[in-house]
Amino acid sequence: MAPSPTPTTTSPSARRAPLAAARRPARAAGAALLPLVLLASGCGYLAGETGGGGADPGSAACEPYAQWQDIGGSVEMYGPIRDDEAERLRQAWQEFSDCTGIAIDYEGSGEFEAQIQVKVDGGNAPDIAIFPQPGLLARFVESGDALPLPDGAADLAREGWTEDWLSYVEHDGELYATPQASNVKSLVWYSPTVFEENGYEVPRTWDAMIDLSDTMAGDGLKPWCAGIESGEATGWPATDWLENAVLREHGPDVYDQWVEHEIPFDDPKIVESLERVDGILRNPDYVNGGHGGVKSIATTSQQDAGLPVNEGECGMYMMGSFYAANWPEDTDISEGGDIYAFNLPAIDEEVGTPIVGGGEFAAAFTDRPEVVAVQEYLATVGFADSRASLGRWFSAHRDADLELLENPIDRLSAELLRDPDVVFRWDGGDNMPAAVGSGTFWRGMTDWINGKGTEETLTYIEDSW
Amino acid sequence: MTPNRTDPGGRAPDRSSPDRRGPAQAARVRARLSGAAGSAAAIAIAVLWTLPTAGLLISSFRPEEQIKTTGWWTVPFDPEFTLRNYADVLFGSSSDGRLASYFINSFTIAVPTMVFVVLLAAMAAYALAWMRFPGRDWLFIGVFALQIVPLQMSLVPLLRLFSDGVAIGTATVLPPLDLPGAFQFTNVWIAHTMFGLPLGIFLMHNFISRLPSSIIEAARADGAGHGTVFRRIVLPLTVPALVSLAIFQFLWVWNDLLVALIFAGGSIEVAPLTVRLAELAGTRGNEWQRLTAGAFVSMVVPLLVFFSLQRYFARGLLAGSMKG
Repeated sequence: MAPSPTPTTTSPSARRAPLAAARRPARAAGAALLPLVLLASGCGYLAGETGGGGADPGSAACEPYAQWQDIGGSVEMYGPIRDDEAERLRQAWQEFSDCTGIAIDYEGSGEFEAQIQVKVDGGNAPDIAIFPQPGLLARFVESGDALPLPDGAADLAREGWTEDWLSYVEHDGELYATPQASNVKSLVWYSPTVFEENGYEVPRTWDAMIDLSDTMAGDGLKPWCAGIESGEATGWPATDWLENAVLREHGPDVYDQWVEHEIPFDDPKIVESLERVDGILRNPDYVNGGHGGVKSIATTSQQDAGLPVNEGECGMYMMGSFYAANWPEDTDISEGGDIYAFNLPAIDEEVGTPIVGGGEFAAAFTDRPEVVAVQEYLATVGFADSRASLGRWFSAHRDADLELLENPIDRLSAELLRDPDVVFRWDGGDNMPAAVGSGTFWRGMTDWINGKGTEETLTYIEDSW
Repeated sequence: MTPNRTDPGGRAPDRSSPDRRGPAQAARVRARLSGAAGSAAAIAIAVLWTLPTAGLLISSFRPEEQIKTTGWWTVPFDPEFTLRNYADVLFGSSSDGRLASYFINSFTIAVPTMVFVVLLAAMAAYALAWMRFPGRDWLFIGVFALQIVPLQMSLVPLLRLFSDGVAIGTATVLPPLDLPGAFQFTNVWIAHTMFGLPLGIFLMHNFISRLPSSIIEAARADGAGHGTVFRRIVLPLTVPALVSLAIFQFLWVWNDLLVALIFAGGSIEVAPLTVRLAELAGTRGNEWQRLTAGAFVSMVVPLLVFFSLQRYFARGLLAGSMKG
């Protein structure tokens, strides 16, 4: 470790190397400088780039934004939405920004869940963050970093969304966020063309669905395909199966108790539901259409798992409404087209078909006037409609205009969510402690697909809580 | 995404030079390596090594449906190619999809950082090797030890330093950094420079300390101060090491995602290419076919840098990390 130089022992060859190179320093320096030249050409771009011009605040188009017009400023927003969908989000509030002069700088990241914690801890919290899980938001509510909704926005939220939705962001009687996008995770994708050709009917009850599966298997068509591979989140599609089965078989009260851990994770009722799922997912006669045997479920990616439905190699695929984006672009997604979906049917007539779903919530970390204005705007039906009209998005807002939803799946999902009789429950895994909900629950279900016993799996998850 | 920083140091084991073991043994090794069996093994390894990259390259030209349903090795049976993935990556479907600004951001982050690290590391290494001052060895050990601190540990404190500043009591020692325009990059520059310096100083120290003391002593005897010795003698003699450190630092910063995500963020004004590529797959990963083309687009610059300066890279790294 002694850092003293030992020049006398330097071998002749070693001495020659630097000297030889020293004769050509100009070339090396030139090569190293090349990026600098490129940088210089980029400086013009860096010097200043400002957004487009604003609209005339007095014009009729700006009428709905009159109350926010004298505020100005800019708001930093951070969320998990990125690429194309982030662009649509920006377009959606463009008019608001033009009319009010409040700029919204949205930044999306695939690492949102980890980064938001770092940003908040580092004193660099965004003004508004879009949370895909209420459980994550709850952590910031507890630590006192997230601020309650300002009164205006809270009133708008209470008018617009049902208690089922708001209860997830209500802490001590105060709302902390406004619901944004929503999705439905109880959909079964199928091909209307294939159904029509073979005379299959969309099943109305779980038993009918099993009968249909048997018929398909008899016809030589694998009735189900599934895939739970999803990188670090491998296993979550299987948890959706169990959640849907629990909610349909035992009703929302048992579901809530299960999610809140008031009954053990391996309660006999839950075992019963997983056995029901077992009859489909681990039934070699039923799976895994287009991919292989039962175990191929664990290695098939959630994004690709449903594609065989479109190829006629698999009958049905249970996946959330967001799967609409995964079909090849020229697929006709409609009730009589290539691909459509039905709500996973009822197990118990009394319980009906409650919906497991999810969505996003916008919560704020600061309360400057422009941030309050943006929060109020995000709670309006105007924003929901503006974003919905751009496609691939729908809100559970009561007054949202369904005519604006281009995609029939979005319309179907929005209709399901708005039905005043329907019971809505958030994806349970998102509300369990992270170590369980996004840890052992996923791992346990992956092991279960790979052959572990049903009770053993649930006991493993229970023990980790 | 964040390569182990100590890797190149560790990857250059003390390869006992053949001439020390005697010419006979060296000749035998050489003969064995250049024989038919040796060549065959080398080719087999090279093919195995390149196969995944080749598969990625082929995939990047395949249409979306094919990428998602069949493997790249089925290409000979069903050849169908498209430039769609590259078009998506380069020009994007959204208005901020233009990759050019992210390219420039990447350069704006990587080049100044490279200059800072190389200059500071060379100066520090010179001081540690050739200037006599108390505590010098301890300082060197301290710098050496810093290499084992995972940079993840310092992310939150550093971010807090930037966003809150430092205050002792009510006296502000350092105000929060909130700089406009091109200086938005200051945070990333400082962060990357800090994370790059320990290894840089270590590599440069090993190189600079091995310069013949007679040259430096002669210069000192002729009346040259430390500044002159450093500029006129040390810098010209260490060009290979400087260039290799520069390349290494440039590549590391170019490929970095984590530090950029935290200190630069994702806005189009400051986000580098890696951040853009990370979001290319779409919110739910449904557009992952674009990643194949994205990988090759982002590889272009590192490949250019590496191939054009390859000679310096290998030579300088070995020279710097090997004790003579």
